[in-house]
This record gives sequence, C-alpha cells and structure tokens, in this order.
Amino acid sequence: MADWQIDLIKVVFIWTWALLIAVVMTWVERRASAMMQDRVGPNRAGPFGLLQPLADGIKLFTKEDIIPKRARKILFILGPPLFAIPAFSTYAVVPFGDKIVIGGKEIILQVSDVNIGFLYILALSAIAVYGMVIGGWASNSKYSILGGLRATAQLISYEIPMGLALLTIVLLYGTFSLREIVLQQQGTFLGVLPNWGFFKQPLGFIIFLVAAYAEANRVPFDLPECESELVTGYHTEYGSMRLGLYLFGEYVNLGTLAAVTVSLFFGGWGLPYIDMSKFLGPISYGIASFLVFFVKQAFFLFLFVWVRWTVPRFRYDQLMGLGWKALIPLGLINLFITALLVQLTV
Amino acid sequence: MKFQAIQGEGWLLTKAEQLINWGRSRSPWPFPYGTACCGIELMCALASSYDMARFGAERVAFTPRQCDVLIEAGTITKKMVPVLKRIYDQMAEPKWVIAVGACACTGGVFRTYSTHQGIGSIIPVDVYVPGCPPRPEGILYALLKLIDKIEADHPLYKQRPKIVEALEAGNEP
Repeated sequence: MADWQIDLIKVVFIWTWALLIAVVMTWVERRASAMMQDRVGPNRAGPFGLLQPLADGIKLFTKEDIIPKRARKILFILGPPLFAIPAFSTYAVVPFGDKIVIGGKEIILQVSDVNIGFLYILALSAIAVYGMVIGGWASNSKYSILGGLRATAQLISYEIPMGLALLTIVLLYGTFSLREIVLQQQGTFLGVLPNWGFFKQPLGFIIFLVAAYAEANRVPFDLPECESELVTGYHTEYGSMRLGLYLFGEYVNLGTLAAVTVSLFFGGWGLPYIDMSKFLGPISYGIASFLVFFVKQAFFLFLFVWVRWTVPRFRYDQLMGLGWKALIPLGLINLFITALLVQLTV
Repeated sequence: MKFQAIQGEGWLLTKAEQLINWGRSRSPWPFPYGTACCGIELMCALASSYDMARFGAERVAFTPRQCDVLIEAGTITKKMVPVLKRIYDQMAEPKWVIAVGACACTGGVFRTYSTHQGIGSIIPVDVYVPGCPPRPEGILYALLKLIDKIEADHPLYKQRPKIVEALEAGNEP
C-alpha cells in the first residue's frame, strides 16, 4: 500500500471513532445521569435505549430549519460548523496507539506526528471560541449574545492556565510532539511509580483538568449556556440539526480533551510496569495498545459525566476569580519550579 | 386505472415515513410551560419514580426553537394569552401541544373576568389531560397518547389520505 492510502485509512478510522464516541457519549450521559438521580433514563428506543441518539438525530434532521428574520444569515449558518470542525481536527495529532506492523511495513497509529502537536491543539481549541461567539452574535437575541460574550471571556481566560500547564509538560519532556511525549512516559520513575506526567506534574494535571472542563463548557463551568439565566445561552435561537451540530461538537470536544489528557498525563497507550511489545505479536500489539488507550480515554469521558451530575454551577464572578486569581498564579509558580528543577537536574 | 400508482402505499415512502415517525416519537423534547400548580405535577412526572425521560422526553429546554412538545400546565390568564401564542409560533414544525389540567383545558374553577377559558381557542391542542391537578400518571398517559398520534402521522405526504379518499370515491384528486 502506498503511504497516502495508509494515511487515508487512518483518517477515516479516527473520524469514525470520534463520531462513534460522541454518539455513544450522548447515550452514556443520559443513562448515567438517570442512574445518579435514581431514574431509569431513555429505554424505549432499541435495547437499553441504545438507539436514542439515532432517534434524536432523525428528529433533528427532519425538523423545520428556522433562521430568525433579524439574524445575520451567513454568520448564523457558519456558527455550528466553526464550532464542530476544530473539535474533530484536534484528533489528527492524538497518538491513539503505538505502532502496528502489517506486511513488513511499520505503521504509526497517529494520523500525523507533527513536531508542533501542542501548538496545534492550543490553536484549534482557540478557534472553537469563534463558533460560539459568532453563533451568539449572529442570532441577534439578547440571551444568545450574553452567552456568546461569556463564552469568549471564559475561554480566553482559561486558555492561559491551560497553556501554562502544557508548558510545564514541554519543559519536562523537551518536545512539542505528542508521540515523543508518550514514548518518554513509558517505564518507571523513582523505581516505583509509572513514568507518567501525572506523577511528575500533579499540580499541572489539576490545572489542566480544571481548564479542560472550562474549555469544554461543562458543568461546573457551563456559564455560556446556563439554563437558569440565559435560556440556553449562545444557541438559544438554533433549532434542528444546527443545534444538533453544537451538541455533537461538544461531545467530540470531550473526546478530544480526554484523549489529550491521557496522552499527556497518563502515558497514552502504555500499560504501567508491563511492556506489551515483548510478548505480543506485531499486529496484536498494535490493537492492544489502542485498547489500552481507549480504556483510559473512556475513564476520563466518564469523569466528565460524573462531575456534571455531582457539582453545582459556579457564579460568573467566581469563575473569573478562579481563573485569574487562582489558576494563573498557580500555573506560573508551577512553571517556575519545574523550570528550576529541570535546570538543576539536567 | 389512471392513478393506480398513487393508490397503493409506495414501499420507499412508507418505510421513510416509518423511520421518521420512529425517530420523532422516541424523542419528543418537552417545553415546560408551567404557570400554576400543574407545573409541580409536571416536575414530578419528569423526576425519579415517574421519569418521563424513559420515552425520550428529556433535555428540557426553555427555548421554543429546540422543543417539540409544548406542555401547557396551568392557568392561562388573559394577559398570558399573547405570550402563549407567541411561544407556540416560535416553535419549529413539527410541534405538538399537551394541555395539562382543568384550567388549561376549560378554565377550570376560574370562571372569572381575568382567566382565558381553555387554550384550545388560542393554539391547536393534541391531547387534553383533565384533573385539578392531574397526577403524574395522567401526564405520562397523555405523552403515550401523543406518541401514538405521532406514530400514525404521515410526515412526508400529508395530503395522501385526502387523495386516496378522493380516488376511492371515483373523483380526480
């Protein structure tokens, strides 16, 4: 097979996988919330309600598509894709497995191992803000515009602690490439602990996780679409599949953030203490490394749902206070200490 | 027979209609319009031990653009009439209405100068639920009735029953 064919297969695979995770996550969220609230949850569409996302999709596709008369039409249409596309694109640099050898050809399980993977993730997550703020602005409705403005302020504020937390990882591993970082996380550290970013950077991990929840607009930071004040925030005027794209993009975003968390802080596709490549064949090793990655990602996806139905929402000033007064100073101190340690030990 | 093709129900059309009806009947997202005590019963119907979400009636949103079923629970005063009308107009097709409680159905005990006597004269209502207030089981039963109605709908070809009827009577449609 030519290289471009392999690349195409990888792109199609990761695309399908991202879509599948987003679809299954809508079901998981509804069933898990029902479980936590002592309800049953959707169980009429298919076995255990597994076809519920499909039913929602059919309904949203066949609903009337309303574009308000006073809305900016082009921007109104542009909003949802602008929100969903960056979420999908971030998957391109996520290493979802080590490597697989088919027919004597070594295939790296990553769509593209670019040497600026970090900057790519940060840049794309910044673009997703435009999807929200343009959607909110173009709707020409007071709730939408407030939601859009909140989204801008919140996402720009939380980009900074996220960037600071990621910089400590860059300092530690000396590279911007995600695959390199995952490779350096194999093995053990201090003899006992797995060589994971989480054990080397616990504070950085906490800052990153909090910022990731804010980036994904999840409770406790879902201020851009808080139902109690802003109807549904920036997508108040959106109906039919345009709304579906916003909701869907959110779940794709969750998948991306979980994948990034796993590859930066939890050793990606590596099992702690066990080197799978020693006793598994070349093909089964590739599949096993992907499954390990998937299990870790699934845990972080469930953590998003778990937190959403456990923690109440922040007030807006508390949110900004947490971002600017707690997370950014902590991130700076963490960066300083890490830089000092790296300088002293190398 | 000139119009034979249209008389039988085309396989593709009916299957597509069944698929659409399947999707719509399994995700009727509610718009809660609770104006009085029936609203409390509606909350109860959504909460645990009754759990309307079993039928897919979840994601309660307060924006009419995103909802399918307007659940009008409570008294509608004359001041509230234009608001209700406007909310209904803002909803995207296809849309359905459930009138919950005696006040929404007929005005109930409030036979006064300020209360509108039944919302049926403002917006088309699909299912009426009697009671003052009805129990959550009543609201669930109304939702099931509505789901039956959605499943019997012809979303792709609304005129078909009329045309078939005309053909059977021997007239040109």
